[in-house]
Amino acid sequence: MRPVYPFSAIVGQDEMKRALLVACVEPRIGGVMVFGDRGTGKSTAVRALAQLLPPLKATADCPWHCNPVDDPARCPHCSTHRVPGTRVKAVDFAAPVVDLPLGATEDRVVGALDLERALTRGEKAFEPGLLARADRGFLYIDEVNLLEDHLVDVLLDVAASGENIVEREGLSVRHPARFVLVGSGNPEEGELRPQLLDRFGLSVDVRTPQDIPSRIEVIRRRDAFDRDPKAFLANWQAADAALRNKIIKARKRIDALEPDQDILELISRLCLAIGSDGLRGELTLLRAARALAALDGAKTITATHVREAAPMALRHRLRRNPLDDTGSGARIERALADVMG
Amino acid sequence: MAGADDPARRWQQAVLAARLFGLDPAGLGGVVVRAGPGPVGDLWLEELLDSLAPGAPVRRIPVGTSDERLLGGLDLTATLAGGRPVLDRGILAALDGGVALLPLAERLPAGTAARVAGVMDTGMVQLERDGFTARHPTRLGLVLFDEGQESDEAVPEALRQRAAFWIDLDGIALADCLADVPEPDGHGRLPTGDVAGELVEALVHGAVALGVDALTAPLLALRAARAHAALRGSKLVAPVDVATAAGLVLAPRATRIPELPEPEPEAEPPPPEPPPDTDNASDEPPPDTTPPEQDQTLPEELVLEAVAAALPPALLEALRKGARVRARQEPQSSGGGARQAASMRGRPIGARPGHLRSGARIALLETLRAAAPWQALRQRTAPLTDTHAINAASAVRARIQVRPSDIQLRRYARRAESTVIFAVDASGSQAFHRLAEVKGAVELVLADAYAARTQVALIAFRGSAAEMLVPPTRALVRARTLLGALPGGGPTPLAAGLEAARLLAHAEKAKGRSVLVMVLTDGKANIALDGAPGRAQAGADALAAAARLRLAGVTSVLVDSGRFASTEARELALAMGARHVPLPNPRAGTVQMLVTDGLAQAKASAGGPVRSGGGLR
Ligand SMILES: [Zn+2]
Repeated sequence: MRPVYPFSAIVGQDEMKRALLVACVEPRIGGVMVFGDRGTGKSTAVRALAQLLPPLKATADCPWHCNPVDDPARCPHCSTHRVPGTRVKAVDFAAPVVDLPLGATEDRVVGALDLERALTRGEKAFEPGLLARADRGFLYIDEVNLLEDHLVDVLLDVAASGENIVEREGLSVRHPARFVLVGSGNPEEGELRPQLLDRFGLSVDVRTPQDIPSRIEVIRRRDAFDRDPKAFLANWQAADAALRNKIIKARKRIDALEPDQDILELISRLCLAIGSDGLRGELTLLRAARALAALDGAKTITATHVREAAPMALRHRLRRNPLDDTGSGARIERALADVMG
Repeated sequence: MAGADDPARRWQQAVLAARLFGLDPAGLGGVVVRAGPGPVGDLWLEELLDSLAPGAPVRRIPVGTSDERLLGGLDLTATLAGGRPVLDRGILAALDGGVALLPLAERLPAGTAARVAGVMDTGMVQLERDGFTARHPTRLGLVLFDEGQESDEAVPEALRQRAAFWIDLDGIALADCLADVPEPDGHGRLPTGDVAGELVEALVHGAVALGVDALTAPLLALRAARAHAALRGSKLVAPVDVATAAGLVLAPRATRIPELPEPEPEAEPPPPEPPPDTDNASDEPPPDTTPPEQDQTLPEELVLEAVAAALPPALLEALRKGARVRARQEPQSSGGGARQAASMRGRPIGARPGHLRSGARIALLETLRAAAPWQALRQRTAPLTDTHAINAASAVRARIQVRPSDIQLRRYARRAESTVIFAVDASGSQAFHRLAEVKGAVELVLADAYAARTQVALIAFRGSAAEMLVPPTRALVRARTLLGALPGGGPTPLAAGLEAARLLAHAEKAKGRSVLVMVLTDGKANIALDGAPGRAQAGADALAAAARLRLAGVTSVLVDSGRFASTEARELALAMGARHVPLPNPRAGTVQMLVTDGLAQAKASAGGPVRSGGGLR
């Protein structure tokens, strides 16, 4: 395996890092879309998650790595193999961060008849695809705007329902596929269809750092990593471990964080002010603010958390106004200033 | 700065780039080679191949290469013969440690470019195709030959930005290549030690001074500096390495003239200090152990000087004129050759059962999958001479029996790609208002265009000429930026506007797209095609241009934006075969509706209505 640049060593790009951490703590956030120019390290950050994520518990001997506390009926293996009433043995299992490469064929994405077994043994078996592998983790697509539209539709459907249903080649399989979908793309290369963009929970814009010291630091670190990845990883291991602990603690804390009435009202007023209709915006903003509060170790969700969450949760939900040139960031800022003073 | 223009010197720099790249192809990413056909390009390629490590794999990847060939997939012949799925590893996976040559890179479809870029970023081919999952380590460099003749053709940015060197062999004659470029002293390994902080900083400052935003540029320059040190046989990266690398990597990317240490860049420059590497490297003692600070000049100035000496004169000229220099824009989602066929055929959307007939494409994998569950039964019951069995490997015993009922055919959704060309009269007093609404209409069309895959282009005409302000694009952000400062006012070169629209329409149609031209004018021309003022000739030229537009078979709409519907506009519409819409106050929304109607008409005239959901072709 080729070494992956560590998450904590990424210079700047705070909003992107925070959005990804929110998704680590709150997988129901509905995915993250990262927009940015080439060379801004979008894909570096996402791929770095694999080293950062805390391990999961999985059912021993289950090829689907299903969660031992889940209903075994949901798992294609355990529904038939697990004896009711027996104790389930749990093992550690690295949280998956699955790359969906451009050029992947649909059979490998959703899963299909296992050709080898069918040809050589005459068995009709299902060979799981990338959606199955990404279950309980992250599914990442770089240059998502270049992916075939029908594949993007499939991904978003599955990401929303948490279940992959395959009806093909005489197979009928359903399996859990709960993953955080992360897409990245360069808006100069053609935009994502708005109906797709709407379905991502968070959206962030990454820019190359403009101040010289940050730029120098990016080059220094990248160069050091390229020359001696092992030493570099060792240097950043502690920082990554600290971040991992933060995620673990935040996951424990998050369920106890209940928004008070003021926060709920603030969220409603913000969504109203930017004209994002539907509940999705409000729900996402609330979840993101809660995850940020959990990451910060806060006792309550405060207006500060809402303020930080608003751009990433609402940026892509602004009502499109072609005659208003103001950038989405500025419009959010305006709404924040209007509502929060 | 005469040095940068001298063909012999340019050749030496090109050879130097080849040698540096040969030392570290994967680390330096690639070389973009601007070259017409001819021996100079071949000579350069020879130099490059000589510089590569012995045994490094080199393969040519033609423009139309399919995903199966590029990334790998099911090897059908072997699968049928062997009776079990056999993987074909594809071209890229065979290139670990080597170099891919991409001729006609300016025609490379964006999708192919993104696949190759993904392999470069991860250092491996991640195969998820045809039932196979595999990871093949693949560290490779690219040689991208840019042979584009048209100004709208360019190497995809995704690959261009990952290539350290952009060299231009145009204008170099064979005679310029005769002088021997000194053989390098060292063939050593790349120095892996720390590069002095001030040298790294110099590269970062240099990139900023040149207006190069992407951080890939200084990173690649740093790699190039290491390779240059290795070429000198040094274990230390010295200022000369960094300066040379900056000249090769940063200078061609410049978007503005750096503020040079000398106050007057235009002033007669002192005889340029030739970088020691190219001219007399062999005379120099190998500075192996010499400490880098031997040089009195500060690294930052050294970098800027090297860059200034290496700035291509044409680029320098453009920068000086204050022209907007963008890296040559790729024609966003368009593209040439191979893409053309693809867009005509549409994108594959799966497979379904069907009968083989001419024109239908068999979906091999799906067919095999359909046949697979029955093999055990068929092997038992069907005699080997079964005439219904299609035996692809007929010499061998039929290991897999495929029946007509198994056949699955590829389905394609026909792509409804189209281009709307706005030709907008930006002259006269009404210009400002008209332009604002057109701008709104462009954005409305684009905001609405994702599913329909519509591109928008905008040509404005005013003064003495027409100008393409927005080349065909699907990106709202980009269009908005380009439309930021629409100029208005002045006389009306209507004929030039219509000619520009026709030429663009022709190019777009050649790519298999349906085209709609939206002309917004009051029809009152006063500048002839040759730029001369005068109503009579201007009017006649405009009518002639309109007629040519019609002959080209272009669907068009003429929005007559004059205060009163004019005879000129009506005649113009007639000559163009255009729908004539008098609209004294064109509103963005109305124009968008006209576009929607017009597009439907354009698609209908471009070979039958678009079938929904695709169907067999
Ligand atoms: Zn299970």
